[in-house]
Parts: sequence; structure tokens; C-alpha cells
Amino acid sequence: MATAVYVAVQVLTSGDTSQFVYLEHTHIPDMIVIAGEIFLMGLVCFLSIKYKKYYAIIFSLVGTIPVLWMDLTGRAVEGNTHLRIDTFAAVMYLIVGIVGILICIYASGYMKDYHHHHTDVQDRSNYFLALMFVFLGAMFGLISSDNLGWIYFFWEITSVCSFLMIGYTRTQEAVDNSFRALWMNLLGGCGFAAGLLYCNLNPELMISNLSQVTQSSVPAVVIVPVTLFAFAALTKSAQFPFSRWLLGAMVAPTPSSALLHSATMVKIGVYMLIRVAPVMAGTLTGIMITVIGGFTFFAASLLAITVSDGKKVLAYSTISNLGLITACAGTGTTEGVWAAVMLVLFHAVSKSLLFQTVGDIENCMGSRDIEDMHGLIIKLPRLAFIMIIGICGMFMAPFGMLVSKWAALKSFVDSGSVWLVLFLVFGSGSTLFYWAKWLGKICTVIHQSFELEDITPRSEMVSIFPLTSLIVIMCFAFPWMSGHMIQPILDEAYHTSIPDVIGGSDVIIMMIMVAMVFMIPIGSRFLSIGKNSKMTMSYVAGVNAGDDRHYIDSFGKERALYMSNWYMTDYFGEKKLLWPCIYVATVLVAVMLIIVVGGAF
Amino acid sequence: MTMIIFKAILYIILAPLIGGTLAGVDRVISARMQGRQGPPVFQPFYDVYKLLNKQTTVVNSIQVLFVTGYLIMTIFTGTLFFAGGDMLLVFFALSMAEVVMVMAAFSTNGPYSIMGAQRELLQMMCYEPMTLLVAIGFYYANGSFMVNDLIQAKVPAIVQIPGFFIGFVFILIIKLRKSPFDLSTSHHMHQEMVKGLTTDLSGNNLAFVEIAEWYDTVLMMGIVGMFFLTANPISRVWALIACAVVFFLETLIDNLFPRVKYITMLKVTWSVILIFAGTNLLILNVLK
Repeated sequence: MATAVYVAVQVLTSGDTSQFVYLEHTHIPDMIVIAGEIFLMGLVCFLSIKYKKYYAIIFSLVGTIPVLWMDLTGRAVEGNTHLRIDTFAAVMYLIVGIVGILICIYASGYMKDYHHHHTDVQDRSNYFLALMFVFLGAMFGLISSDNLGWIYFFWEITSVCSFLMIGYTRTQEAVDNSFRALWMNLLGGCGFAAGLLYCNLNPELMISNLSQVTQSSVPAVVIVPVTLFAFAALTKSAQFPFSRWLLGAMVAPTPSSALLHSATMVKIGVYMLIRVAPVMAGTLTGIMITVIGGFTFFAASLLAITVSDGKKVLAYSTISNLGLITACAGTGTTEGVWAAVMLVLFHAVSKSLLFQTVGDIENCMGSRDIEDMHGLIIKLPRLAFIMIIGICGMFMAPFGMLVSKWAALKSFVDSGSVWLVLFLVFGSGSTLFYWAKWLGKICTVIHQSFELEDITPRSEMVSIFPLTSLIVIMCFAFPWMSGHMIQPILDEAYHTSIPDVIGGSDVIIMMIMVAMVFMIPIGSRFLSIGKNSKMTMSYVAGVNAGDDRHYIDSFGKERALYMSNWYMTDYFGEKKLLWPCIYVATVLVAVMLIIVVGGAF
Repeated sequence: MTMIIFKAILYIILAPLIGGTLAGVDRVISARMQGRQGPPVFQPFYDVYKLLNKQTTVVNSIQVLFVTGYLIMTIFTGTLFFAGGDMLLVFFALSMAEVVMVMAAFSTNGPYSIMGAQRELLQMMCYEPMTLLVAIGFYYANGSFMVNDLIQAKVPAIVQIPGFFIGFVFILIIKLRKSPFDLSTSHHMHQEMVKGLTTDLSGNNLAFVEIAEWYDTVLMMGIVGMFFLTANPISRVWALIACAVVFFLETLIDNLFPRVKYITMLKVTWSVILIFAGTNLLILNVLK
């Protein structure tokens, strides 16, 4: 992994960024790929039969067998490059390498604690860690590959790995959720396989590489495989209607959620979308993808309001943000891609930090419910501060996510997509609501409450501290990142140079804002504001019993008092909103597939 | 550059004076509508002066930090606007300031403060779409997010984006804490919320919040004026008249309607935004 990060840095610092590698002797790797595909298929079949979930077999067979047939009968197009290492791949290396390795470090400490708390679960943590490394390996493979067949192979590895990780505890719930993840991702895999076959077998196309798909000289019919790839990407990125697998993925131990939600699994989908974005610009596929993404952004942010399980809020927020990235990529404009890559970067770092912190809080307090995080700033100050930075990173003004959202807004306005603008503005309203109320719960100061023992082991802190500092550093470094990382990606994807998306004077103001945010706590520490004021209890319209949590009523009895957050389940509850959203999105996906793919024949 | 700094300093000095006077005028007009004599126009200044000289009691020291942050960020937001900055950035900074204020209320752990904070967050959720849309509307009308470019327009923006104007005036009811939607602070005394968001603030801190709200009022009036400003200097008169009319209208609404439930507020504001601003956006997009 260190190698991967080294390669990434090399690519970013060297002038020549686009490297295509043609491997002469690919017979053996090809055989390995084929053998691997057969093995995966066998594994899925075996486990499906073992747990009596036979439908997964169908998806696995439908996806794998035609591809095998094509490879073995020599119908695949030969003679093109196999690997591609360009700036975008390098940026992805950095995400997967840095965030992924930190999650692995975190996992090594976390699993010990996990089994300490969950004695009923059989300890298979070595197997778990091995899976994580296989997963990351597949990620690197996928990012470096240019040959569609190879990409498909790595694509299936990640599907199966995530399935195995979700099912780690082997409880009934875990098994159900893991199979849900499996069939949805295998369905996406079928879409990918169909696109792959179409690319190779259509006499007009004869394409075997991803980089050829996005070249300007390809015939218009290329939109058919692109649509199929986009469909596969929707399943991987857990957009509506395929969101439920990501919500179910929470049952697994925290490191796997962090891995699936931030650095790897869901990022593959948007990686594919960003790769094919130039082709989607202005087509029906592009429009449908943006609508599905925008809809997901809005609907998931409403659903996030109504849940109080910390991990579930994070899951909905992941879906919501991925929706935004999908929408950005779908516009196919340069600003859209700029915003999408920025969002990918900031989201990976913030979200993995948040998942890890929630996992630690759960280990310390025995609950990950937001209501139980009341007064966290007193109980676990260190984790609370990290959590605050993470949450601020997700929605507050000068931090990265918001900058990217801003660029996204500009790109939507420029591309004239009115519905998307509306989705985005209403979605930002509800996003603000659910993050801010969580932040409020953490910031509440309760009198006469004591610090809990912070049992977070050092290995977890080794992972959490770098991530926290990364969020802060990325705030300051984003103009540099824009110039050195994102700009080259755009140059490669569009073969033209584009002007700066966010202008110079704005950047200076943003810097002032970032500085201000950090000056306030520092200033208050040294200026002794409020240190000499008289202290009092909060007003409870009665006699405060001394700890802000009890008051003495008119009969002289002491009564407990508790303020819960608002969840508004009557209006946006999961029961009310989830299925309608899935139906609407299913219709959208079906329309897209029927019109574009059906129209080609 | 000197011009920008000059404008910024002018705003920082003048805004509280204008804002305080507006608050006083508001109270006088309200009183006259209710058939009362009302306080003197400069009463808000006397109030704040008194608050500044009183002993400050706090529930915790984090609270002070947040309130000070709120004041500084609100001033920063206004300065950004009047110095001619980016409209979207102005609104982002504005919501940042509001969040900090809500955190101040959350940190006290008082029931009324927290209830006020939850309601304030809901109010933000209601008006946030509109504030962003206003920036987008100006961008559609004049092709720039920069306030400096927008005031050089050839025709006033209101001609192209009347729907946005209606939507914005509507959410101003929330922003200026006027009656049907004053859920989070209950500006009229002796009600179920005590003083909502600001219940557990006193002395200096309360004065800071008052001053920040004056700055905020001036900023909002500035945005109202933006709809009428063009390169022609006479347009400034129109902008001033528009501000006066809108301000009077808000006071009138304040006195006409009783407070509504939060869900009504959410439904009504989002529908108004969608119908007026959304339709306007759609039409602009078709015409473009």
C-alpha cells in the first residue's frame, strides 16, 4: 500500500501523467482472472445453497457465464492496453491507500474490543482483516485496470468481499442483509457484464478498454454500454432504488462500515460514473443519472432526519452525498466533474472519521444512539471534539464538503438543470437540520456530569488523529488540490484546459473564514471571555434541582427532565418515505434502461 | 481595494445604528397598530446599553464562546455582502453564523433553550432553500454571483425574478422573527417558549445577540434593495422605498397573524418557495 501511495505521489508530481501500459504476456493473468471468476461464482453458489437464498445464484450465473464464454471462445477484442495510471487513478490511490490503511489500523484495535463486548460472536478477526486486505487489493486492481474484463473481475471481487464482511457475525439479520447486498451488487454486475459484452461484440464498437469508451471518435452507439455501466454504478453507489443494501451493511463491525461507506465500495460506483462522464454530457442517460442522483440526495437527507441511530444517520448521509456526486458526474460538464472529484475526496476522509468515532463512542458508552450522546463534550471530550470536526467537515461553511456543494450548484445552474437546482437547495436545508441537531446534542453541557473513562486504544487513535488533521489540512489545501489534482483530471477527461472553477478572491475569503473558525476557540482560551462571569443554572420554569436534569415541581417533588431531538417521524419517517422513494427511483431506472438500451436495437 | 475597505468599515459602523433604529421604528409602528403610544424610537439602544452594563450570568463558558462567535460571524457576513463579495458565500457564512447561535442555545441544556434551538434549526431548514435560490436567481438575471457586478445591472433584477422576490419577502418573516413564524424566540412576551433560543442568555451575551440581529436586519434589507439596484443612481431611491415598504409589510404581518405550528410553517414556506421561486426558475430556464 505504501507503494501505491508512492506511485500516486510520483504521478502527481511528474509532468507526464497519462501512462498506458500494454502487457505482452497476459496469458497467465488472463487465466488467473478467468479462474478467479469461476471461483467467485462457485463461492456464491455454495453459500447461497448453504443459506437457502437461491436467487443469488441466478444473478451470479447470468453475470459470469456469458463473460467466460466470450473470453474462452476468443471473441474478446485483443491487443489493447491493460493498465492505466493517470491522475484520476493516482487520486483514487491516495484515497484508498491512505484512508484504507488507516481503517485497517483501526480495525486491528477495534476487533479486539468488539469481541470483548460481543462474546456471542465467534472470533474470526483474522479472517476479517484478511478480507479487508483482499478488498483493498481489489480496489487498487480496479483503479489501475483499463481492460474492461479485468475491471469486471475486480468489480465482482468487491461485491463478494462486501457480502462476506457484512455477514461476519452470522446472525440471521447479518445473513439477510449480506444477501441483500449480494443480490443488488450482482445485479449491477450483470449490467456491467452486459455492457462489457456489448462493447466487445458489437461490430461497430469493438472496444475492450475503458479509456476507448470516452474517446471522442467512438460512434454514438457507445451510449448503450455507458448506460449499462452507469446502471452498475448506481447499484454500487447505493443510489435509490438500491440503497437498502448500504443501510443493511451497518450490522457488520464498524471497520467494515467505514470501509464500505467511505473509501472503497461506494466510491467504485462514482469512480465509474466520473470516468464515463464526458460521454454522458447532454444525453438522456446523463439527464436520468442526474435526476436519480438529485432525487437520492434530497430523499436520503429527509430520511436522515428521522433516525436516531448514529450509524444509520451516517448511512443515509452517505447515500445522500453519493447522490450528489452521481448527479454532478451525470451533468458531464467540467464543473460537474470538478465538484464530483472534490466531493469524493472530502467525503472519504470525513465519513471514515465519523464512522470510526461512532464506533469508539459505542465501545466506551455501550450505545451509538444519538440521544445517548447527550453531553458528550463533558463525558468524552476528546472523542467529542473529533466528532465535532468531522460533522463540521460534512456541512459547515468553510469546510470542504460545502465548497464542493457550491461548485456543484454552479455546475447545475450552468447546465440548466432546474430540477436538480431545486433538489439541491431543498436537500441542503434538510442536510443542515440533521447534522446541526446531532452537533447540538454533542455540544450540550450538563452540570454535575463526569467524564467517562476513555477506553479507546492507541491503535484506534493512530487512525483517528491523522484523519482529523487531514480534514483540517484539506480545508487550507483545497486551492492547491484543485490546481494539482483535479485540474489534470479534467484536462485528461476533456482534452481541453478549463478556467478555475472557484475564483481567486473567493478563495481568500474562504481562507479568512477557515481561520476565523479556528480562531474562535483559540481566542476564547487566551482572552478569558466569560471566565469571570457569574455561573448559574439553566432556567427550567421551576426550581432547578442543581444538575439541569431535575426540577422541583409545585408539590415539592423532584422531577426528571429530558429534552430529546426532533425526528418528525410522522412526516418523513422511514415507514412513510422509504418505499415510495424506492418505487419512484425504480421507475426512473427502468425508463432509462428501456429507452436507451431498447432504443439501440 | 481602498473602496472595498471603506465600504466594509462603513457597514460595520453604520449597520448597528440603522438596525437599532429600524427595530425602534418597528416597535413604534406595532404600537400604533395596536392603538398604543409605544416606546421612543431609540428604545432598543437604551435596552442594549442597559444590558451591556448589567452583570452577566452564564450557564457555562462555552455559551459565551458561541455567542461571541455568532456576533463576529454575522458582522463578517454583512461585511462580505456590502463589500461586494460572492452572494452564495454570503449565504453560506450566514447559515454558519446561525448554526453557531443554535449551538449556544444547545450548550445550556435548558429546556426552553433547547426547544428554541430545535425550532430555530427547523426555521433554518425552511428558509435555507430560498436564500440559496436568491443567489441563483441573481445569477440567472445578471450572470454573476458577485454583488459588485450585480449592482451594475442594466435593468433591475426584479423584472426577471419577481417570483424570487416574493419568496424572499416571505422567508423574511422567519428571518426577522415576525409573528406567524416566530417559533424559536417568541418575540412577544409571556408565551409558552419564555424566550426560546435566548432564554439562558443575559447581560453582555444578550446584548451581543441583539446587536447581531441588527446587523442581520440591515443585511436582509440590503438584499431586498439588490432586487431594484441598477447602474443608474436613481434606482437607489427605488431600492430604499422598496426596503421601507417591505419592512412595513413585515411589521403588518407580525401584527395580523397568530403563531402557527412548526409543520404548518414547513409546509407553507416550502410550497411558497416551490411555487413562486421554482416556477420563476423554470420560466427563466425556458426563456434562456
